[in-house]
Amino acid sequence: MTTLHIVNKSPFEKNAMESCLGHALDGDAILLFEDGVYGALSNTRIANEISRRAGAVKFFVLGPDLNARGLGDGRIADGITVVDYSGFVDLVTTHGRTQSWL
Amino acid sequence: MAYEVNGTTVEHDEEGYLTDLNDWSEQIALEIAKNQQLEMNEERWEVVNFLRNYYDEYQVAPAVRVLTKALAKTMGPEKGNNKYLYELFPYGPAKQACMIAGLPKPTGCV
Amino acid sequence: MSEAKKFLYVNRKAPYGTIYALESLEVVLIGAAFDQHVSLAFVDDGVFQIAKGQDTKSLGVKNFSPTYRALGDYGVTKFYVEKDSLDERGLSADDLMEITYEDENDGFAEKPSIIVVTKAEMAEVMRDQDVILSF
Repeated sequence: MTTLHIVNKSPFEKNAMESCLGHALDGDAILLFEDGVYGALSNTRIANEISRRAGAVKFFVLGPDLNARGLGDGRIADGITVVDYSGFVDLVTTHGRTQSWL
Repeated sequence: MAYEVNGTTVEHDEEGYLTDLNDWSEQIALEIAKNQQLEMNEERWEVVNFLRNYYDEYQVAPAVRVLTKALAKTMGPEKGNNKYLYELFPYGPAKQACMIAGLPKPTGCV
Repeated sequence: MSEAKKFLYVNRKAPYGTIYALESLEVVLIGAAFDQHVSLAFVDDGVFQIAKGQDTKSLGVKNFSPTYRALGDYGVTKFYVEKDSLDERGLSADDLMEITYEDENDGFAEKPSIIVVTKAEMAEVMRDQDVILSF
């Protein structure tokens, strides 16, 4: 059973994303939403860590939260898939467990 | 809403639990018991005092099953069981005994 | 009742500054009535929740730290504490409250509830659960 981790805090304000990355195991997925979407930007201090784990861990970001913040597709780091709300629901249903990083 | 004992008034909530547990005294306990149509005897005091000690130690009113288990351990199985406790406090030891002990309603008491 | 599930409460916030720690504790107390396998995890600032010597008198709020010591009575006997989080905060296991439970299967012997684990071990503990509740 794999875990869907969900992160809704900016990695530049809270350590939720960092802690999540430290506990996510290979085969897990991480979805960034709300202010968590800032963690999906390219050229940030955590983008390297994401690209290092990408593949073993699958990364997703919620499109509506990106759009609301003026962050188009071109700004997103490689290896992160943009999903909509139904994609979010699919992720929840295809993982045995969901863990929030508040 | 308040209890009146010896000319002093002590606030309680709509169910009868003391607003401030520091207001508690044995006189108040007797008054709360009277309101619950219960007469305080040695057995009831034993449970009430046990609850006060438990709260003092852990800052929480124990759930009924925790109370029965703890009473069974310290006072023996003849007192640590639901039948005994419900005979002493017919509307529930959590509700009535905690109320008389001046404690808040137990967390998880539904 | 259907088969008991494994629940892990993950605590990552310091007490008093926000309501998370107290809310988590209350949910644990309420949830303990449902006969599931309940464990607690303390990660990041969550380790401050079980630091010893808490005194809130001059703050005018309730010191709920003694209540963690009651959880053994509620069948909650495993407190996983992440060593990395302690280290980062200059803490060691000695800075934590003494939390124990009585092992009913071992003549009510008093045993420590706190289990200090590495981050990698904590990740395994999390993977071992049916349900994770985050606070």
